[in-house]
Amino acid sequence: MFPPISLEILVLALGFILLLAESFSNSTNKRGLAHIAIFCLGWIFAISFFTAPTPATIGAGSYWNFYSGDGVSLVFKRIALLTTIGVLVLALDYEAALAKLLPSAHVGAGTGEFYILPLFTCAGLMLMASAVDLVMAFAALELVTISFYVLVAYARRSHASLEAGVKYLILGALSTGFIVYGITWIFGLTGETHFTKVAEKLAHLRGDDTAILFAFLLILVGLGFKVAAVPFQSWVPDVYEGAPTPVTAFLSVGSKAAGFLLFLRVLEPFLGVHSILPKVLQVLALVAGATLIFGNLAAMPQNSLKRLLAYSSIGHAGYLLTAIACIGAGGGLLLGVGATVGYYLFAYMLMTLLAFAVLTLVSVNSKGEEIQQFNGLSKRSPFLAFAMVVAMSSLAGVPLTAGFYGKFLVFAQIIQAHHWVLLSLGVITVGAGFYYYFRVVAAMYWHDPQETAPITVAPLSKITISLLIAAIFYFGINPNPVLSALRTSAPSVAAAAH
Amino acid sequence: MLTTLLLIPIVTAAALFLGFGNRTWAKGSALLQLALTLALWFRYDQAKAGYQFIFETNPLFPGVDLRYSVGVDGLSLVMLLLTALVTVAAVWFLPQLEKRANLFDGSVLLISAGATGAFLAKDLFFFYAFHELALVPTFLLIGLFGSGERQAAAWKITIYLGVGSIVLLAGLVDLLMALPVSSRTFDLQALQQLGAAHMIPAAAQIRPWFLLTIGFGILISLFPFHSWAAPAYASAPTPVAMLHSGVLKKFGLYGMVRLVLPFLPDAFHQPVWGNYTAQDLLLLALLGNILYVGLVTISQRKLDFMIGYSSVMHMGYIFLGLASLNLAGLSGACLLMFAHGLSVAALFAVSGSLRDREGSLNFDKLGGASKSVPFLGICFAMAAFASIGLPGFANFASETMVFFGGFSPGATSFQKTATILALWGVVISAVYMLRAYKAVFLGQPTASSTKWTDLAGSARFALALLPLTLLLGGVFPRYFLSYLKPTLEAALR
Repeated sequence: MFPPISLEILVLALGFILLLAESFSNSTNKRGLAHIAIFCLGWIFAISFFTAPTPATIGAGSYWNFYSGDGVSLVFKRIALLTTIGVLVLALDYEAALAKLLPSAHVGAGTGEFYILPLFTCAGLMLMASAVDLVMAFAALELVTISFYVLVAYARRSHASLEAGVKYLILGALSTGFIVYGITWIFGLTGETHFTKVAEKLAHLRGDDTAILFAFLLILVGLGFKVAAVPFQSWVPDVYEGAPTPVTAFLSVGSKAAGFLLFLRVLEPFLGVHSILPKVLQVLALVAGATLIFGNLAAMPQNSLKRLLAYSSIGHAGYLLTAIACIGAGGGLLLGVGATVGYYLFAYMLMTLLAFAVLTLVSVNSKGEEIQQFNGLSKRSPFLAFAMVVAMSSLAGVPLTAGFYGKFLVFAQIIQAHHWVLLSLGVITVGAGFYYYFRVVAAMYWHDPQETAPITVAPLSKITISLLIAAIFYFGINPNPVLSALRTSAPSVAAAAH
Repeated sequence: MLTTLLLIPIVTAAALFLGFGNRTWAKGSALLQLALTLALWFRYDQAKAGYQFIFETNPLFPGVDLRYSVGVDGLSLVMLLLTALVTVAAVWFLPQLEKRANLFDGSVLLISAGATGAFLAKDLFFFYAFHELALVPTFLLIGLFGSGERQAAAWKITIYLGVGSIVLLAGLVDLLMALPVSSRTFDLQALQQLGAAHMIPAAAQIRPWFLLTIGFGILISLFPFHSWAAPAYASAPTPVAMLHSGVLKKFGLYGMVRLVLPFLPDAFHQPVWGNYTAQDLLLLALLGNILYVGLVTISQRKLDFMIGYSSVMHMGYIFLGLASLNLAGLSGACLLMFAHGLSVAALFAVSGSLRDREGSLNFDKLGGASKSVPFLGICFAMAAFASIGLPGFANFASETMVFFGGFSPGATSFQKTATILALWGVVISAVYMLRAYKAVFLGQPTASSTKWTDLAGSARFALALLPLTLLLGGVFPRYFLSYLKPTLEAALR
């Protein structure tokens, strides 16, 4: 059995070795790097099943007390690994489009880092899954964010990509500032950075609650940027649209998962402070409701599929926040909030990667990323059209797809908490979701294609897409493997709900 | 065995999507489905009653009794028979297509599979899931192969039913939450026993009652949630209209009988507005179906819209039977679900065939068709008479029971008034059905109608299956009721 930290070390080592190999190799064809990375990540994923979960030990002198390799963190590490593999496959498909947007002498030159930087993002995501200390969590978050700054602006000749990079950099830095300031306040109040110790100190803090609430709000604002919660969502559509498509997929899955994981961890100490609990939940419900409405309603008129997916990702953040806002309800029919969020993120990863995989292939073979490029896709490539139907159905929440269980768990949380306002918002927004997701299906099957050239799909992408479809159906019928992994290890966050 | 029944259409559909096979496969699949359903029908042990042919897996959710489990009792068998019969008729009315015929055929089979899965599921989750799965092919088919304002109709039905399903989902979860923690289960059989034990206090029943009734009500096109139905059926390709109005819509009613009646019986008597109880509210809504939609039906000038609205109107009778809360009314309602499914499918089959021949279904453009297409005329007449409630057809037997149920000794005065008003619906349906028959089949033949060719070959058998079963049900209603009775008694206990 390996210790959990070996996974991060392996990913980082892989990243450094590939970077060195890239700079010393004479070959202009960088695709080999991506293949090596995918292969090795696959092995690391396999190794993750041979690691012994080791929760953090708290006590004087134990060096690893900032790192918890518990079962839940392992699930999130696997999600990060799978996402990165998916993104690298997408990046290979995107090469043709990317090469045109790079100022280089020959095709393929300068694409090397595009395949290697996601590895560092992946390492950051995995570290964040294990972080039980504010400083560690912050360092991991920055590793993720900084590698994203580069990736978003990677297509240097595309104005949209540069614009997206600048927007993401400025707003990202701003939100980082909020988080750091929030952490400072927490440290100032408690003198601790470890989550467990912070929780202990906060629960016994006497005096005015304003300072605690202020710290909470600062963190909420900072993380609100990361998870794209309203009113901190304004960067999302532009950045998603401008970034290279595989990076958009990574942003939408990885960045969101990281943000929510950190959110749950940071929220936990505050939930122990009973005097501010009602206010905290009220603010969360307000943000969740606004995010639900804005994301889903603004997605309806979009013509660019990338923008549509951007707004839909805000909408999904709304469902996740809704589940979190119901955290005070206590145990009951199904699972804790932690497991609900974990499963939702897993399902979201599957369906979003699938949607972006199809989008990448279609946009490389057409002249844009508008929904009308999908017109008549069922004639150009029935396989891709079917894959998109599965992705859209799952995002809309049709049963027997993985996305449905996610919505089901969220609705169960809402009803358990007797949050009737959020429930009615949920019903309305799911209706809106049916409209805008099925618009894509309608375009693919109802309309005639603008271009008739059939789309060829590379074998690796075909395998990946097929696996994603199979996984969406499998976990749509039997979610047990993921749920029991999230549950048996008794996530501390779910425990906090009681 | 039940899983096989479910897999037949799914596997055939998958093969068709992948490009194997042709229309013969779809027909074969439908016949196989009917044969297997009949085998189940006759092998079902009536003496034992309850769920039989059970198959279940291990729980799929940690710590929750949610599993893939199938099983049938008398009520689900009747619904499965309806599904199989309408499916056979529907695949014989698949339109001739130049391209993408496999996509069409496979999607039709998927709709049938969704209905089959919902009726044989013994688990609440799969009961819900299979029904909603049928939404996707319905959306594709109406928008792609429909007629008239097909895309608008496809959007309307999809969004209406999507929202309805979510309300329903909320209701289902709320129902489960109302049960004590230790007895929360998704197993319909276990739930049935819990329902008999009156686990939920009367005051706590009203909220899940509303959520479930509105959720199911949207799916069934209960007034005032009915406006999606007629345009969707009018635009839908013939087999989709047959399957959706005949079978899939019955899912909501089936759910009312399975869940609302056994679990929330006291909610019907709870006052919700002044002295008016929830039952009164439901009666008002169903009178909207029968009288208001009935009058709307009379004013229709096109055959397909008229049949669509008439199908909405008849949902009112089924609800009347449910709202009576006694065995006579409920048996009538369940038999009427079966009978209405067959008659409306036959009507849509005939109207679809006429649309293929004429292109327009305006009453002004049609006339004298019985001279050139006598077989279609006879089938239409039988289905129309059945739908009005003429003695000899299953609809008559069931509507009679519904009215008896509404006038039983325990009925409130409001219920009796509603039943008397509902009786006028029979007159309304006689008016529009007979007028339609006269306008289409009698009178001076139009120029184009003389050139029509009648239905030929095996399609005749497929269509005739529906009215003949209706006759069978009209002559021997007790035979069908004997299947329904144990389930319904358990539901009312």
